[in-house]
Amino acid sequence: MDYSCTDLSTLNSELFMIRYLAKRLLMMIPLLVGITIITFGVIHLAPGEPVEMQIAMNPKVTAEARERLRKFYGLDRPLHVQYLTWVTRLARLDFGRSFAPDNRPVIDKVRERLPVTLSLNLIELILVFGLAVPIGVLAAVRRDTVYDKGTTLFVFLGFAVPTFWLALLLMYLFGVKLGWIPISGLHSLGYKTHGFWWQLWDLARHLVLPISVATFGGLAGLSRYMRSSMLEVIGQDYIVTARAKGLPERVVVWRHALRNALLPVITLLGLSIPGLIGGSVIFETIFAIPGMGQLFYGGVMARDYPLVMGILVIGAALTLVGNLLADLGYALADPRIRAGSEGGGSR
Amino acid sequence: MRGWRALCILLPFLGILSCGKQEHQRPVGRVSDKPAYGDSFVVGSIGEPSNLIPILASDSASHDVAGQVFNGLVRYDKNLRLEGELAESWDISPDGLTITFHLRHGVTWHDGQPFTSRDVLYTYRVTVDPKTPTAYADAFKQVKRAEAPDSYTFRVTYDKPFAPALESWGMGILPAHLLEGKDITKSDLSRRPIGTGPYIFREWEPGQRIVLEANPAYFEGKPYISRYVYRIIPDNASLYLELKAGGVDMMGLSPVQYQRQTNTGEFLSRFSKYRYPSFSYVYLGYNLRHPLFSDRRVRQALTSAIDKEEIVRGVLLGMGKVAHGPYKPGTWAYNPDIHDFNYDPDRARTLLAEAGWRARNADGILMKDGKPFTFTILTNQGNDLRLRTAQVVQYRLRKIGIDVRIRVVEWASFLSHFIDKGNFEAIILGWTIGQDPDQFDIWHSSKTGPKELNFIGYKNPEVDRLLEEGRGTFDQEKRQRAYWRFQEILAIDQPYTFLYVPDALPAVSARFHGIEPAPAGIMYNFIKWYVPKEEQLY
Repeated sequence: MDYSCTDLSTLNSELFMIRYLAKRLLMMIPLLVGITIITFGVIHLAPGEPVEMQIAMNPKVTAEARERLRKFYGLDRPLHVQYLTWVTRLARLDFGRSFAPDNRPVIDKVRERLPVTLSLNLIELILVFGLAVPIGVLAAVRRDTVYDKGTTLFVFLGFAVPTFWLALLLMYLFGVKLGWIPISGLHSLGYKTHGFWWQLWDLARHLVLPISVATFGGLAGLSRYMRSSMLEVIGQDYIVTARAKGLPERVVVWRHALRNALLPVITLLGLSIPGLIGGSVIFETIFAIPGMGQLFYGGVMARDYPLVMGILVIGAALTLVGNLLADLGYALADPRIRAGSEGGGSR
Repeated sequence: MRGWRALCILLPFLGILSCGKQEHQRPVGRVSDKPAYGDSFVVGSIGEPSNLIPILASDSASHDVAGQVFNGLVRYDKNLRLEGELAESWDISPDGLTITFHLRHGVTWHDGQPFTSRDVLYTYRVTVDPKTPTAYADAFKQVKRAEAPDSYTFRVTYDKPFAPALESWGMGILPAHLLEGKDITKSDLSRRPIGTGPYIFREWEPGQRIVLEANPAYFEGKPYISRYVYRIIPDNASLYLELKAGGVDMMGLSPVQYQRQTNTGEFLSRFSKYRYPSFSYVYLGYNLRHPLFSDRRVRQALTSAIDKEEIVRGVLLGMGKVAHGPYKPGTWAYNPDIHDFNYDPDRARTLLAEAGWRARNADGILMKDGKPFTFTILTNQGNDLRLRTAQVVQYRLRKIGIDVRIRVVEWASFLSHFIDKGNFEAIILGWTIGQDPDQFDIWHSSKTGPKELNFIGYKNPEVDRLLEEGRGTFDQEKRQRAYWRFQEILAIDQPYTFLYVPDALPAVSARFHGIEPAPAGIMYNFIKWYVPKEEQLY
């Protein structure tokens, strides 16, 4: 009897999940259209045009040449026509060609830079979560001890110190003074003539500085979040019960308490998915890492509309997917939400 | 191609490749001085090239790299005189309407095909083709007829004599056999160029580096240095650290880096520093349509009130020269006898009084018709030297009773909201000085329309006539006379206060030998640079 009852509720909740998922996915379509209209409008409101940014103040360029370029990019047509052309292409997943002089497909430019940014951010994300969670948990367990104060100071230092400043100091120390590691870029000159392991070692040497600096800067938020979430859980009755049962402190903290304290962190994880494709401009500029941040920044400065729009649309789509995944993950991890009402969807 | 560096407008302070000769610090006591083949030359750049087909790119990074891969028919030599590159020689018909180029025999493209007049004809045709999105069609459009009577002769005929025409044939010649009948905007050559130049394109790692390899069959001989590596490091501070760490062999230094940070024995033993005037100048331009500046005496007074020497000392740390006109000191178009208004605040006060600015208000600001003399200097964001220049100007003008405000604006809105609409009072900006002295587009009264370059609205019938005369003849003496007179008029009219010509300050790793600074800078003889065997690194 008991079993069939469970089956029924599982079935129910599965049906609910599917319906819920379909609804959320359908909702994303008007949302995306709205986002494209707004971003398209905003980027065209910004002063300057791609053609201007390329040739302004150049004595060799006359008004006629300017018109020729504008026509080539289709900038002479009304704005709504430009939007419709762009959006119909997008519907076929064609992001168009960049307005930069190279006139390459936007998707090629993104594809070229995405792997670097993605892998860097992934490594950083893993490191941040791997470090911040234990830091936060320990800080909560040993609340108000020297360890707690010390880590608080440490993570806020990372948060407060400007990345570019720290990066330059470390580059000077390890790159110029000690000469241990390369300063910028991803590979040494002529790395292709070496074997796989040498190349990997070379890459690691180039990445150690950027990744440590980025991780150091990202610890604060998550570890504080973890700490407060853990503090809340650790005061609960069932933790007292667990301790009263005589369970070792290790098990109480890392198994019973952590599980519940991690729930909000799942939401954070989901929300950091769109962040994976975005790179920090300052950071990439300083370390000369050819990533998405630089590409996007350059695109905005040059008013390269198709490129900017392309990256924004990809980012928007990923944000929506990230939100959805966060909600789903939450529902999977927390039975209360799974079995619960419609309200379970929102964060 | 090498002549086309003038295209990097408004980037004067990165102008490594600019020109002239001044000063040179080089470590002494090197072991051997025998030319040898081998090694790599790594140059650091803030910007990444956008397109390696020369006619399609307008940024200096693209032209730096494409300049090593492609050749033009003509180029500027070390003394900035035009000489043949792919053209062995040329004749100009007595009426100045026809130029006949005699092309070099035996030149091959990097893929082994021979170079002929067909390539030149193709380059001309694709440039003037309305479907090609190029910024450089205008000089070629003056051509009435272009023909290739045989494989090694190329002839162009113009409607009227046009002096800058010759220089325009310095544009990189493209391989017809790879491009003819294809859409140039979608060509592979923009990422993998094939030219006739001293270096052959090898690879491009986007955002990181471009590697070129010496062309063993180059018609002027194989370059000594085996590889030319163009590294992209977008941040100036990182670039400087890379230079010190040995990851980069050459970069353009800032005045502070040159004067204050690189004088250690350690740095000087590893690098040679060069210093020569760049091909650019910085100016304070007045909106001549604005009632404040329509009176010539007011502009003369403003120039008299500004101490240009002080700006060179304070802002450039002495790494530059005072400018008196729009030409580079030492070039043939530059008139050395110009009497500009030197620093003299008393003369400034007298001139202003003559113009009706006599009364002063409670703050000591000059008044006329109940209005104080106050205006705003606009300059573009991201150029500290210009901002500091504006501050020195502000201080000096306050001393004679003029209230100046400074506003720094992002480049795009600077152009669209202020310059294009004529909505400014005064600006501090810079111009790159082209090797050809034709400055028709900047000063002619027909170029004052929206989005044109005479945005200050300068109109002087005599200047118009001189500019037309100067571009309408190939006779250098006649041209010189026209441009010298042109400078005299500018010196009196003061439509700009010409401020300074900054120095180019490249530092090059000391292992490179054979560098001979000349008016054209240091890069003109790059294929003759070498690293002695025992000093080679790569």
